[in-house]
This record gives sequence, structure tokens and C-alpha cells, in this order.
Amino acid sequence: MLTILIFLPLAGALAVAFLPREREATIRWMGFGASLATLVAAAGIFMAFDPRSAGFQFVERVPWVPSLGIGYSVGIDGIALPLVCLTAVIFPLALLGSWEAITDRVKAFTVSMLGLETAVLGTFLSLDLILFYVFWEAVLLPMAFLIGVWGSANRRYAAIKFFLYTMSASVLMLVAIIVLHVIGVGRLGERTFDLQRLATLALPPATQMRLFAAFALAFAVKVPIWPLHTWLPDAHTEAPTAGSVILAAVLLKLGTFGFVRFGPTLFPQALAASAPVLAGLAIIGILYGGAVSWAQRDLKRLVAFSSVSHLGFVMLGIASLTVQGFQGGLVQMVNHGISTGALFLIVGLLYDRTHTREIADFGGVAARMPRFAVIFTIVLLSSAALPGTNGFVGEILILLGAYRASTWWAALGAGGVILSAVYLLWAYQRVMHGPLTAKEPDRLIEMTPRELAVLVPLVVLIFVIGLYPKPLLDRSEAAVTAALSKISKPAASVLSSGGQPHRGERQ
Amino acid sequence: MTSRITAPPLSEVALLVPEALVVAAALAILMIDLWLRPQQRNVLILVGLAGVLLAGAVLAVQRDGIAFNGLYVRDALARAAQVLALAVAALGILIAPEYLRRAGQERGEYYALVLIAGAGAMLMAGSRDLLMLFLALETLSIPLYVLAASGRGRPRSQEAGMKYFLLGAFASAFFLYGVALLYGVAGTTRLPEIGRILAGGAGAPAGAPTAAAAGVGLLVIGLGFKAAVVPFHTWAPDVYEGAPIPAAAFMSVIAKIGAFAALLRVFPLTLAALADQWTLTLGVLSALTMLVGNLAALAQTNYKRMLAYSSIAHTGYLLIGVTIGTQAAVSAVITYLAVYAAMTTGAFAVGVALERGGGEADQIEDYTGLAARAPLLAVATAVFMVSLAGLPPTAGFVAKLNIFLAAVEAGGRGGLALALIGVLTSVVSVYYYLRVAYLMWTGAGPVLVHLHASPLLNAALLATAVAIVLSGVLPGAVTAFAQQVGALLGGP
Repeated sequence: MLTILIFLPLAGALAVAFLPREREATIRWMGFGASLATLVAAAGIFMAFDPRSAGFQFVERVPWVPSLGIGYSVGIDGIALPLVCLTAVIFPLALLGSWEAITDRVKAFTVSMLGLETAVLGTFLSLDLILFYVFWEAVLLPMAFLIGVWGSANRRYAAIKFFLYTMSASVLMLVAIIVLHVIGVGRLGERTFDLQRLATLALPPATQMRLFAAFALAFAVKVPIWPLHTWLPDAHTEAPTAGSVILAAVLLKLGTFGFVRFGPTLFPQALAASAPVLAGLAIIGILYGGAVSWAQRDLKRLVAFSSVSHLGFVMLGIASLTVQGFQGGLVQMVNHGISTGALFLIVGLLYDRTHTREIADFGGVAARMPRFAVIFTIVLLSSAALPGTNGFVGEILILLGAYRASTWWAALGAGGVILSAVYLLWAYQRVMHGPLTAKEPDRLIEMTPRELAVLVPLVVLIFVIGLYPKPLLDRSEAAVTAALSKISKPAASVLSSGGQPHRGERQ
Repeated sequence: MTSRITAPPLSEVALLVPEALVVAAALAILMIDLWLRPQQRNVLILVGLAGVLLAGAVLAVQRDGIAFNGLYVRDALARAAQVLALAVAALGILIAPEYLRRAGQERGEYYALVLIAGAGAMLMAGSRDLLMLFLALETLSIPLYVLAASGRGRPRSQEAGMKYFLLGAFASAFFLYGVALLYGVAGTTRLPEIGRILAGGAGAPAGAPTAAAAGVGLLVIGLGFKAAVVPFHTWAPDVYEGAPIPAAAFMSVIAKIGAFAALLRVFPLTLAALADQWTLTLGVLSALTMLVGNLAALAQTNYKRMLAYSSIAHTGYLLIGVTIGTQAAVSAVITYLAVYAAMTTGAFAVGVALERGGGEADQIEDYTGLAARAPLLAVATAVFMVSLAGLPPTAGFVAKLNIFLAAVEAGGRGGLALALIGVLTSVVSVYYYLRVAYLMWTGAGPVLVHLHASPLLNAALLATAVAIVLSGVLPGAVTAFAQQVGALLGGP
């Protein structure tokens, strides 16, 4: 079942690869169809998922390279489930969103996108460290390709920077994986890269710290955690809209997911010991990202830096090492995917019409595009975490979790919430209100049905998660509680007693 | 185990049948070529391929054994390297005709030289004696000097052949001097006996350790030159750039197969007891080779020169395996050699299809926009580049993973350091490899570059690309094959 989910997009990509490149419409539809089919499969798994179980479900294990103990092992738990669903939702929308923006090398574009989807899903679902690494690295190639071929003026530089920056960090993770395996050979008496087997190792703290550092570096670059974020604005600014959407909505989550997946399982003590550092960097990221967003003149760069800020929240939640913080972090990963994905689509939509992203070139757009204005407002408020939207659910959980860990963390984090409201609303005001200043106002036509079809599902999700997050929280709770139980923190053990009373209690 | 001087029984002579078949095919090609009209030259290709296939078939059914008073051995290592050498010889024949026809050099000698060099590499892999190893080394090298110079119309090719020959002869002299010193210490040139005497130290004359160390050091230089180990690598970029592309493709791979089979035979398999004497040297050379190869490749604008430095870099990764010398490491070297053979031959072979102004289109810029003109060729090139860079899910990743795994597992701090240098230099290599892939999908192609396809060339490209992807996705078969070689070291 999971294998089908992972490789459906790749099958689509192969099918597309054999089409003649002139048949662009067929290629587009097939690409979209393959990603829709993946969405259906993901939805099926979401419904069939057993929320009470903390372990992995739909597990498939096949020996892959038996001599080295590498297995093709996939499985899904409450941590991976939300992200898999997010991925499955975002890809068809990103493909649909680039229907008219990408006219050059459509075939290669579609193949890259679908290949990327397979790599991302594989990363979320791998239970074998080598398999994980294979998918993790496989993500880089199509993404760098998307930036480098279909990006804007400075695309080559951005693609290379993205690739080398993230790869330098992740090869160190490969060495750490190998070291872990070698320790496993000594302690377990078997060759294995299986996550669950290696999780039983209970490494000494010093070893944990060293290996965690290598893993954390790879994840931190991907998130990105301040000060390792410098590749992100370039990559986002130069990438085509679909690339930015995928990068923000899905790829950055690979980093935070890595912390949640591997931190508590493999390096519980190291994670606990480094939590204050992570939290500190997260808070710097929140405030720094917010402040820099404020100062941006390019709308896309603004959204890019806001990602640094929002992912700082996710990291803060994770660093709090509480159930609320972790769950909030998970929800916020999904939220950021939806809201920031939508924001990039919105920027792309404006760019398609005006071919500019300078905030100063806009003004009074709301008068010309009222429907667009409504959607932009909703997305913006969700990004600023207004109650009733998804952003609120995530950020309040994170702040609660952070508060349990340290009052200061929560207080500083809350400052970031205000900051995000400031820069988002100010940008909105400059773009949408005021006199109409566009050079060619006739180009500001209302949204087409296709564009509505791209954004409306995201708006619906904003409200669904905002008003009724229970399905999402239910499904992730058991896994999060189990993950945290490995960390000897009193806060986690107290909370793991009940079904889900802590949410109600705390609020 | 004293060596008895008797005439070799027929069963021992039979061990050499694969090599003999390859040489016979080469001689047959030279003979037949005299009677052929120009348009019948395809017969030569058939003869060459038939010889290789037949040799492979014999190799597959033959048992292991030791022949000629212990001069020659067929064991798992020899077998693996010989199968590889045969495959590379077949590829070397397949990729050449299109180029030779264009260059007006369609002669049988080319194929004959390829086959003889292949036989040389096979003999190197089976050498159990230092003198035998030297003869095999020369059998491999001399055809390669000629192949480098075979672009007779082009001064660059002449220069390449001359350079390769002079430096190669120099390196051979080093090797021979090393053999002499070791003979002086051990009183024999048989490898297993040298290993035993040097390890035991009993009955060795005074000053033996120094002489032995010097001898081993000189062997490293001789073999290191063939494998293009830094600092004995300086010939490689010039020779590869000057040599005709198909010849460069062939020599960059066949020389490494021979050299690494010999390095494995001499160091982990023979001198294991002296490991503490050569481990540090080889480790440092390996680190240097990875660093210099990858960093120098960054600056290249010529495709062949870039691949030359790339092949130097890969020598560094291979050398990690020799340095570590455990069972897993020896297997990893064999895996890496197989993968390296496929991806490097493939990468060079792509260049055969490109032509500018009657000559080779060997600038990296010449690949601009290739995807729009020849999508399949571009995809194949991309596969080679991704694999050379060691990215999953290609065979290049599997090969590197095996090497690094062996290094971390057995190498202690030094092994970890080599693995770290290995992964970090791999990141560097991504830049220059993917630059080629990137260029292919952007911009319009230079008008002056013409594309030539031939069925044989396409077959070679398809075979290597498919092999790389398949063994990247399902690496079980390759690693299982290589593990038999590691088992030679014994132990668990």
C-alpha cells in the first residue's frame, strides 16, 4: 500500500517520459492525474489509519541489500501521516498552479515534479536509514533542477547554492548513519540499518551527542535553522512558483520531520541536552525572520523570510520536548505548508500578471481583483495565526508547550506572532489597498477558474484545521507521546496518561 | 611450498585459455584485416567480440587453480577482475568504430591493441609472482601507449602517446627496481612466499626491513602511476585530452582494473602482516588523490580533462578500500571497479557521439542544449554524471557507500577521517558533474556541434546506463559477486 503511494508519482513520471514532448496538454494532464491518484491513495491511508496505535502501520519490509543489512522498509505513524497527506495535497495544486506559468520544457518539468514527489514521500515513510538517505538525497536533484532550469535570472547560482549547501550537511549524516550501523554490528550482533533495531542501542551520551550533531546539521540546513538559512531566500526567489511552493510547503518539513523522527528515537539524551540550544536558535530564527521579512521590498523574498520565522516556531515546539509542543510543531508543519504554499501561489499569480514582485509596484489590487483579495486575506490571517484558522491551532500548541518548558521561550515566541502580523498586514496593505499604481492595470484581471481551483482547496483546509483539528491531532498523539516517552523529561511522562485531556485542561 | 621445476600439466595450461582466446582474437584481427576491403571492416568487430565472449564463457565454467609453478593464479579476485576486463574490452570495441570511421582510421590494429591490453589486465589480475606481474603490466601498458598516439593526424595525440610512454617507462623502472629489492630480501619473487618471509622475519639478512620497505614503496610508485594516484597522476589529464576519445575511455578503465587488481593482490592479500608499514602511506595518498582530483576537476573546461581528473578522484576512493584492506573493503573495491568501469566508459562514450569541425567536440560547453537535440543521449549522460557524483539511486552511490562503510567499520580514526574526506570531496564533485547535466537542459546547442549515432555506440551507452541504474536500485547482485573476492582474506 505504502509502496504504491510512494511510487505512483514515479510511475506517472515514467509514463510521461515516453510521451512525445510536443503533446504538452497530455503531459500536463497525465502529471496532474498521477499526483491526484497519489492524493487518493494518501486519503485512503489517512482514513484507514488507526489513531490509537503508536507504532508504525502498513509496514512493508523486504531485504534490499541483505549482505549489508539494508532493507526496503516503509511504514507510517502519526508523525509521518500529516506530512504525507500534506505532500499529496500540495503536489497536484502546484502542478495545476503552473499550468500556464511553465511553457518551456513542459515534459522535463512534469517528470521532475513527479520524481520529486516520490522522493519526498519516500523520505517521510522510510524505516531504514539507508533508504531514508537515498530518498533524502534524491530530493535534491529534481529540486535543484526545478530552480536551475525554470527559475528567474540568477537561477544557476541559486540552484548550485541550494544543492551544495544542503548536500554538504547531509553527507555528514551519511557518515553518522554508517557509524551508527557499525556500532549496531558490535552491539546487536547483526548488520542492520533498520531504524527500530538501531533505536534499541541506547548509546552512551557522548556518542549520541556526536552522531546527533551530524544528523542535526543535515536537518538544520534543511529547515533551515538560523544561521544556516542563507540558501533559502536565494532558492525561493529564483525558483519558479511551483518550485517555491514545493520547497516551502514540503521540502523544509523534511528537516523538522528529521528532528521529530530521529531525535527522540535514536538520540534521546542528546536531544534533551541540546534542546535549550535548539530553542535559542529557533527563537532567534522567529524574531530574525520576522524582522527581515518586515524590511523586504520583494514580495517573494518576504514570504521566504517569513518561512524562516514560521519554521522557527516549529523548532521551538520540538525543542520544548512536550507533547503539546511536538504536536503543535507537527500541526504547524502542515499549516506552514498550506499557508506559505498558498502565499507563494498568490505571489506567483500576481507575478504572472504583472511580471514584477516589487511591493512598491503594486497598490490597490483589491479593487481590481475582489475575489483574489478575499483569498489573500484569509491566507494571510492564517499565516498570522488568527483564531479560527489553522495557524492559531499550531502556534497556540507550540506556545503552550514552550511555556511548560520555559516561560521565557513562550514569551519571546509570542513576540514573533505579533511580528508576523505586522509584516504580513503591512505588506497586504501596500499591495492591495491604496491607489492603483500598477503600470499596466489592465493586466490585473480577476482570478481564473483554474487559479480558484488551486487556491480554494487550501482555503478550505485552513478553516477545516482551524475549526476542527481533532482528526489531525488524534492521529498524531499516540506516536508523539510514544516518541517523547524515550526522553526522560517529567513533563512528557505526566501527560502520556490520558487519551487527550491535556488540550482541554490547558486551555 | 618449494617450487618444483616441471613441465606444466595440461590442466594448468588450460587455466590460461581465456587470455589465450583474447590474444588469439587480436592476432586473427591483424591477419584478417590484410585481406578485407574497407567496407568489410565490421567483420573485425565481430571477431573481437566473439573472442571476448568466448573467453568469458570459458572463464565462467573454469575452476579456480594455480598454474606454472605458482606464477599464475585463478581465484575469486582474478576471476572478478578478468570478467571486468573482458566487459571493458567489449565496450572498448563497441564505442570505437563510429569514431574511427569519422577520423578515417578504420584499421584492425585498434581492436587488436584493445584486446591485447585487455589480456594484459587479465594477466595482471592473475599474477602471483612479481616478475609475472611486471610482464603483465607491460602487456597492458604498451598497447595503451600506442592507443594514446593512435590519432595519427593530430599532434595532441602524438604528444599524449609520447608523454604516456616516457613516464610509463619511468614508472615501470621504479616497479622493477622494487621487485629487485624485494627479491634481495626474500630470495623469491613469488608473492605468497614474500609475504610469509617478510612477516616472519626469520632468516632475513641484516638491513632487510629497510630494503623491504623501499621495495614496497617502489611497487606503490609503479602501480600508483598506472592507477593515476596523486602525486603520480600528472600524465593523466594530458594523455586523456590528447588521446582519441574511445581510446581515452578504454585506457582510463582498463589500466585501473589491472592496477587495482595488482594493488589488492600485493597489499591486503600478500603483505597483510606488514599492514602497519603501508597503511599510513596508502591512506595519505588516498586522501591526497581525492582532494587533488576533485579540486582540479572543478577548474576544467575540457570534458576529457574533467573526466581525467574525475578518474583520478575515483582512484582516491578506490585506494581507501586498498588501505583498509579488510574483507569488506576488498569486496568494496571490486564493486567500485565494476561501477567505475560502467560509468566512466559511458561518460567518455557520450563524447564519441559529438563532433565539431571534423574533430572532437570535447569542450564542456559543447554539451549545452543537448537534451533538446538528443533526449536519450542526454538522459544517459545525466545518469553517468549522477552516478559519478555518487548520488542515489545510482550505482555510484552503492559503490561509495560500500567503501565508506568498510572504512568506518575497520579503519578506526583513520578510516573515519578517510570516509569524511571522501564524502566531502564527493560534494565538491557534484558541482562539476552536474554542471554538465545542467548545461544539457539549458540554452540552445552550439550550431557547430554535430551529433553522430551508431547502433554499436548506442548499444554500449544503453548497456552501461541501464546497468548503472539497475545496480543502483537493486545492488544485491553486484555486492554478492564482490563478496566472493573479499572472502579470499578468510575469516568470518
